[in-house]
Amino acid sequence: MTPGLINANPVVHAKKERLVRIDDSTNPNDAFDALDIYDSVRDIRDPEHPYSLEQLSVLSEESVTVDEKLGRILITFTPTVQHCSMAAVIGLCLRVKLMRSFPPHYKVDINVSPGSHAFEDSVNKQLNDKERVAAALENPNLLQLVDECLESNEL
Amino acid sequence: MRSEEIEAVQLSEVEVLEGHTDRVWGVAWNPVSGSGGAPSLLASCSGDKTVRIWENTPAPSTASSSWVCKAVLEETHTRTVRSCAWSPNGKLLATASFDATTAIWENVGGEFECVASLEGHENEVKSVSWSASGSLLATCGRDKSVWIWEVQPGNEFECVSVLQGHTQDVKMVQWHPVHEILISASYDNSIKVWVEDGDSDDWICVQTLGDSSSGHTSTVWGVSFNSSGDRMVSCSDDLTLKVWDTSANPAESSGDGSGPWKHLCTISGYHDRTIFSVHWSRDGFIASGAADDCIRLFSESTDDSAATVHLPSFKMIFKKDKAHAMDVNSVQWHPLPRLLASAGDDGTIKIWEVAQNSLANND
Repeated sequence: MTPGLINANPVVHAKKERLVRIDDSTNPNDAFDALDIYDSVRDIRDPEHPYSLEQLSVLSEESVTVDEKLGRILITFTPTVQHCSMAAVIGLCLRVKLMRSFPPHYKVDINVSPGSHAFEDSVNKQLNDKERVAAALENPNLLQLVDECLESNEL
Repeated sequence: MRSEEIEAVQLSEVEVLEGHTDRVWGVAWNPVSGSGGAPSLLASCSGDKTVRIWENTPAPSTASSSWVCKAVLEETHTRTVRSCAWSPNGKLLATASFDATTAIWENVGGEFECVASLEGHENEVKSVSWSASGSLLATCGRDKSVWIWEVQPGNEFECVSVLQGHTQDVKMVQWHPVHEILISASYDNSIKVWVEDGDSDDWICVQTLGDSSSGHTSTVWGVSFNSSGDRMVSCSDDLTLKVWDTSANPAESSGDGSGPWKHLCTISGYHDRTIFSVHWSRDGFIASGAADDCIRLFSESTDDSAATVHLPSFKMIFKKDKAHAMDVNSVQWHPLPRLLASAGDDGTIKIWEVAQNSLANND
């Protein structure tokens, strides 16, 4: 971890009130929607600050879209600053969380929201290169950081 | 191929090979497979850090053929094994790994022994390829470089050149099927052509197939030559396949980097997710494997309305939906016609047979 934080003074928002969702037992197929996915990622801890991605407005409900028929998930997140070098780590955390929580055949695309990063295209390219992601997840230091961000998610 | 034959092409699943405990990244047929009644050998490499060798002894009909896992090459690579390639005489197998090494294995009386380990890349090695003569080996990786190794007696390998030029991660290297010409495909969206410079004995990039050559607009994941080497097809994250005229000798380029190889056509509109692998069979079929779990077959169209005098056109002749339960990472044609192997994120390898009937009687 670098000694100087990328963003030393993030804006922190209050936790949104959660909807209690009633289990839909009429649906036998474990179908899930955008809100289910959002629920699984909203509390991921930011790599640098003791706050969740939701609290830092990195993610919101609008961040997630699902096409159940095609089996596609798209997550768009907003790094707190334009030159955020943690964007790749946040992207990895999102991908790992989804991998561990949802069926493996879903295709996941992760992007930074348009205009939110100085190197938007190159960050998006790296976040979605499957081979680069696989190699990164074999790096024990990176994997440990990802696990720490995800741990706080399990309540 | 007459058009009524093209329309009746089918790909049917013959076998599923299970055993790997993580995604399978690549497969490679031993070049002497099936010739003279010899068994077919297939190597596969995986995120589980192992390489598996599968054997099939030919039987009178495919219904009674059986595949066995003959060997598991383990405890050598310490990370994902990304690519594997047999030497042209079938005696050696090279395996490239994220652990930054390339291992060379020899079949010693049925057992595979690691006889060499090529080190030098700074990080993940992504692809390995043998030259047509078997005297040279090429590797590439995330460190943006391409290494050329000379094969010496006694399983010694000497690095003869480190090629710099790509500005990003190099995904694949592939030698021309006839001449000593090396191709590299990269995350920087370009394909580079390398030859040995007669004067300096050093390897130089004589052409870059990129932006200005109607090249790809995103990562190029693979390339494949047709059997004579006068055509090459490339596949990309930009959802297209591109076919190139590679008949001219690149060593005779004008020197300004413009080079003699030309874009012939772009096959677009068929894929909606990254195309990870493409392979051109000896009998002219192009197979593609993509992130939408499908395998597609393409063939050159002889339909006069589609092709012009100088520019060929290709059309999709078959699409196998859900070829694997997840992304298809590699497709490879058997040296003999009609068999195809594929590798997937679902941890399996599948063997397929192409059936081509004009009077289709589909099962």
